[in-house]
Amino acid sequence: MITISKVSKWYGKIQVLKNCSAEVAKGEVVVVCGPSGSGKSTLIKCVNALEPFQEGTITVEGISVGDPKTNLPKLRARIGMVFQHFELFPHLSVIRNLTLSQIKVLGRDPKAAAEKATKLLERVGLGAHAQKYPGQLSGGQQQRVAIARALAMDPIAMLFDEPTSALDPEMINEVLDVMVTLAKEGMTMIVVTHEMEFARKVANRVVFMDKGEIVEDAPTADFFGKPRSERAQQFLSKILQH
Amino acid sequence: MNYNWNWGIFFQLSPDGTYTYLQLLLFGAGWTLATALLAWAIALSVGAVVGVIRTSPNPWLVRLGNAYVELFRNIPLLVQMFLWYFVLPEIMPQAIGDWLKQSANASFYNAVICLGLYTSARVAEQVKAGILSLRSGQRMAGLAMGLTLPQTYRYVLLPMAFRIILPPLGSEFLNIIKNSSVALTIGLIELTAAARSMAEFSFQVFEAFTGATLIYIIINIVVVSGMRWLERRVAVPGFISMGQPAAAH
Repeated sequence: MITISKVSKWYGKIQVLKNCSAEVAKGEVVVVCGPSGSGKSTLIKCVNALEPFQEGTITVEGISVGDPKTNLPKLRARIGMVFQHFELFPHLSVIRNLTLSQIKVLGRDPKAAAEKATKLLERVGLGAHAQKYPGQLSGGQQQRVAIARALAMDPIAMLFDEPTSALDPEMINEVLDVMVTLAKEGMTMIVVTHEMEFARKVANRVVFMDKGEIVEDAPTADFFGKPRSERAQQFLSKILQH
Repeated sequence: MNYNWNWGIFFQLSPDGTYTYLQLLLFGAGWTLATALLAWAIALSVGAVVGVIRTSPNPWLVRLGNAYVELFRNIPLLVQMFLWYFVLPEIMPQAIGDWLKQSANASFYNAVICLGLYTSARVAEQVKAGILSLRSGQRMAGLAMGLTLPQTYRYVLLPMAFRIILPPLGSEFLNIIKNSSVALTIGLIELTAAARSMAEFSFQVFEAFTGATLIYIIINIVVVSGMRWLERRVAVPGFISMGQPAAAH
């Protein structure tokens, strides 16, 4: 469904992505991990064209992301995205965070949009908070709202950019639980995360990146069992120690 | 000090034989308010547009916006008044230039446009600062949900940016009221000019300018209270606590 092919990206003279290729099939959950600064976030932001790239191609259901003729808003509306810092809109109530682009982008009737939003909020366990503002919620609650907001657009795939790294430890699980459920329901997901337990539990494949390169792309069991590259071995031993 | 105080002067007829001095001051205050309000409308709308294009991804629009701001904020307001009033009609095609010069309210129109554009450069600077104060993820989140760039500004960035810059915008509104007094140099009989003419005709200099001072203060207190009310009205619940995790980074 998502094909990343030989993608390279530079910030000025610094190359941040080097010839990256990967494929994500429908219903697959792919975890992207690697040391910070390895280009993980940049790579998934290339998938919905939030970051431009200079070389290579990315296609989503056959539509080329880098093609200047592609209708980007339309493409992005079909791909849900969850950010490290939630990025809820602070001036809108929770329910209006969920209805805004349903109404403005998909042209849904406000009433239908609100019904859909209410259902999704109940699904992530926040039905009682619909009228609150993001600033009145905890980090974990905000991130669950952000997931519901992305789901409200009926996405064909979801991108998660370190969804739990800005959370206090006690809130990480409430967010991961929602993501696990989503994965089990068959959502296509690319997840940048350091949560190796989550990867072990739900990922079909793990992509390991270092210094802008995809060093390893392996089925989950193989990756945790015996990573081929030395860099992945080192990374795993560091991250799994605690 | 040898000065004959005469606070009753306000209720005496002015040399025009119809209106009292107080009424003349109030007419002046009316022109001050009309100039300031119309100029503020220009400043806000032009300033918002220029501020937005300075944060757009298009480098040419950014340069254009920057040039606009530098042009209008680096020339003294007084010089700009003269340029609009004396120079513009001469460099326009003759018919338009003549119309500009003969128009009964020429100094009023000129003052509104001049003050509006001068202040728009300052508003643009604040709008830009307001937008840049938001996390870049806000813009990304708007775009990621399928909003177009203009929609992202309209529904995501500007509502927060304007809330953040509301206090400095209030100061700018006060400035525009005070700066409207510069229009007396191109012949607009606004409040300061009215006070000056009262002083010249009645020789009660202190009373005239005390009166004008009090009227300015009253107008500005009303504006300040209005802005405070607006700030409370649009305050975002929980926003301060929301700002803390961002500040920690």
